[in-house]
Amino acid sequence: MSVLDSKIPEGPLADKWTNHKNNINLVNPANKRNIDIIVVGTGLAGGAAAATLAELGYNVKTFCYQDSPRRAHSIAAQGGINAAKNYQGDGDSNYRLFYDTVKGGDYRAREANVYRLAEVSGNIIDQCVAQGVPFAREYGGQLDNRSFGGVLVSRTFYAKGQTGQQLLLGAYSAMNRQINRGKIQAFNRHEMQDLVLVDGKARGIIARDMVTGELERHSAHAVVLASGGYGNVFFLSTNAMGSNVTAAWRAHKRGAFFANPCYTQIHPTCIPVSGDHQSKLTLMSESLRNDGRIWVPAKLEDAQAVREGRLKPVDIAEEDRDYYLERRYPAFGNLVPRDVASRAAKERCDAGYGVNKTGEAVFLDFASAIERYGKEKAYTSGIKDPDAKTIRELGEKVIEAKYGNLFQMYEKIVDQNPYKTPMMIYPAVHYTMGGLWVDYNLQTTIPGCYAAGEANFSEHGANRLGASALMQGLADGYFVLPYTIGDYLSNDIRTGAIPTDSPEFEQAEKEVRDRIAKLTSAKGKHSVDYYHKKLGKIMWNKCGMARNAKELEEAIEEIAALRADFWENVNVPGDPNSKNAELEKAGRVADFLELGELFAKDALHRNESCGGHFREEYQTEDGEALRDDENFKYVAAWEYKGAPKDAVLHKEELKYENIEVKTRSYK
Amino acid sequence: MKLTLQIWRQESAQAKGKLVSYPIDNIDEDMSFLEMLDVLNESLVAKGDVPVEFDHDCREGICGMCSLQINGEPHGPDRRVTTCQLHMRMFKDGDTIVIEPFRAKAFPVIKDLVVDRSAFDRIQHAGGYISVNTSGKTTDANAILIPKENADKAMDAATCIGCGACVAACKNASAMLFTSAKVSQYALLPQGRVEATTRVQNMVRQMDLEGFGNCTNTGACEVECPKGISLENIARMNREFLGAKLKG
Repeated sequence: MSVLDSKIPEGPLADKWTNHKNNINLVNPANKRNIDIIVVGTGLAGGAAAATLAELGYNVKTFCYQDSPRRAHSIAAQGGINAAKNYQGDGDSNYRLFYDTVKGGDYRAREANVYRLAEVSGNIIDQCVAQGVPFAREYGGQLDNRSFGGVLVSRTFYAKGQTGQQLLLGAYSAMNRQINRGKIQAFNRHEMQDLVLVDGKARGIIARDMVTGELERHSAHAVVLASGGYGNVFFLSTNAMGSNVTAAWRAHKRGAFFANPCYTQIHPTCIPVSGDHQSKLTLMSESLRNDGRIWVPAKLEDAQAVREGRLKPVDIAEEDRDYYLERRYPAFGNLVPRDVASRAAKERCDAGYGVNKTGEAVFLDFASAIERYGKEKAYTSGIKDPDAKTIRELGEKVIEAKYGNLFQMYEKIVDQNPYKTPMMIYPAVHYTMGGLWVDYNLQTTIPGCYAAGEANFSEHGANRLGASALMQGLADGYFVLPYTIGDYLSNDIRTGAIPTDSPEFEQAEKEVRDRIAKLTSAKGKHSVDYYHKKLGKIMWNKCGMARNAKELEEAIEEIAALRADFWENVNVPGDPNSKNAELEKAGRVADFLELGELFAKDALHRNESCGGHFREEYQTEDGEALRDDENFKYVAAWEYKGAPKDAVLHKEELKYENIEVKTRSYK
Repeated sequence: MKLTLQIWRQESAQAKGKLVSYPIDNIDEDMSFLEMLDVLNESLVAKGDVPVEFDHDCREGICGMCSLQINGEPHGPDRRVTTCQLHMRMFKDGDTIVIEPFRAKAFPVIKDLVVDRSAFDRIQHAGGYISVNTSGKTTDANAILIPKENADKAMDAATCIGCGACVAACKNASAMLFTSAKVSQYALLPQGRVEATTRVQNMVRQMDLEGFGNCTNTGACEVECPKGISLENIARMNREFLGAKLKG
């Protein structure tokens, strides 16, 4: 029997959440005033949770490393948010969203969690509209939808290419209302350094004031970690520069199991790397695949000519183009899930068909869409027999209205006009499905420590579908955690305020202080970025889109050696008792250097290919992922035992009672 | 390319700051402005010097964390971009680039190029929200019909990233564009109309308390705004404010 108790409620799938809510303990409003909750991270999950918990009456403290909660990286999500509203009448339902998500996750997600997500998805849209989120609308005043990868319906709600921004500002506004009421205290420019446990329960955190360098003790009856994903372990990713694993990793080292660290999403449509100076990668929303067609030249010599600048993509004839997604996956075409699209791009580029200087890029072409929309617009505007130029102009206007900000972003970075020449894109690290193991209540293996949003592992299995991250973050924050946390806190109504002068707080603060002293005293040879870039190279080359046992074993060794070197030779200049970006980075990279090794260990142990985890040894004849349900249909939850290599594996078997487990096919 | 950087160095809020000159070489035109500063900082670390502090995070122009007054312009010479989206191809070999923090009384310097913009948060606390509980038990989303034109205008206002360029661009350091963007977003939507009167009064009061200057309609904010937030919003806020006054 596993030590992991997922606490999935009994009963039929569709009734589980309702039954659970009816049966868990509640805290009465008067008692909520005596209970404190810490929320680390103010993105969609953290911001939504903080606002809702405060509204319910709890005393909430939020922490974020940015200068305002409004800047959390949820803000960068572009394309949209899914909800099973079926406004388009195209056959959508809770079950279908559930089915698509479990299938999209390659049958490595928990049924009950995913169904709950589908169930509350509609409420999210209602909520956000009530908050004043300006979603895109039709001329009749109703909400508009578009389609995303891995599904056959249009269930994605959006606000131009800035959906994440608008949803986050919605959650931020809900937070502001509670800050104004005095129910939320926001600690901005503060970074969590450690989790404090008292009698085995999470009772607070040690935080560093990033302006003064002061270490602060904050106590609470429960701690919610909504600190996002760990994609920056790759150095280059679409994450923000500050995105980090520290909060989650500190909790892991205090006893929270880390689940499926190797499940990483490599997003197919990002702007390719331009050089060694590159500090981060920029995503081009998946929504572009609604209208953009992905291709490479069909002939090797054309690809070479394009790379050398002798041939322009627009001059390649239609029959000399290989629309490889449409060719390989006729049913889903350009809208296959992200993992499938990414691997297909890598396959073509590895075969020599890449189209930029580095040979690592494919085209995303809007010419057909511009023509289609142009003709449609001409027709509805009553223009008879429009010429090609008119069609193009009208079509470009339609594309601009839909994706204008993305096209502008692309042009600023690449210095090419994507209305006139196809975009160049390549896969990049974007999202991490793995994270802290949580039960149905979103509680980690540490009592009183909860994880929400990307920081937990729960809903997306081995691959996340587009527009599902926003849905999960808000579902966790607005609708799940506020209920489930009450069940735990109902035992704390007589506890009273948690003192911060206990030996546990004393000890935790001392450890943080010592660690900072160690980092700043080394004064060695290399900068923090030097180590981060090296780690990133190992991760990308050996733990990236395709992995194999030999390279994973090498990665484990190399990361451990790099970590030892880091602690010996890193150079962190400046005063730790003031604003010090190098010190901030050093603390984060130190944790990435541990997580990276566990990541490789997890990838090595999973002898199958599923979703974002592709092991070269396990593939079908035509290069598709080959799952092994007999041996690997489980969540891998790792327990910390002093060093990443000593981590102990615990398995949570996944049961599928409402969905037939089969080979994922998008053909 | 080879450049000379003149960078504002200031140890803390209390310390006096000054411009310090840094020569820099081998800058690629495909680099972003912040990547150029990364290169400088790496070289400072290598020499054992203290690197330049600057705010940044998403590096794709949406979080609003990056700032910088570059050659006198917030976010530098390009239009409709944040500093993180500004690329070195906008500069020429041999250029001298002056890099300062955003200057405004309400944005005190924390260190080097980092300023405190929490005044913006406090303006939002005063009224930048619709008072609806987050229970999800509201009416169905499509029960509220909103004309597309209004939804689009509200969206345009809502794209403000709160970077503070409008304040830094304004000779009076006015926060009217920032405040009016939020006031407009809600004023244009039926959900926001209910509290429109108190919202505009509370937000404007807080804006004044923070020490931002008055608006004299020069329009510099609109020119420098990386998201192209329109002056129309200021006009709308003035109407809302006047309306609120008349209502008493």
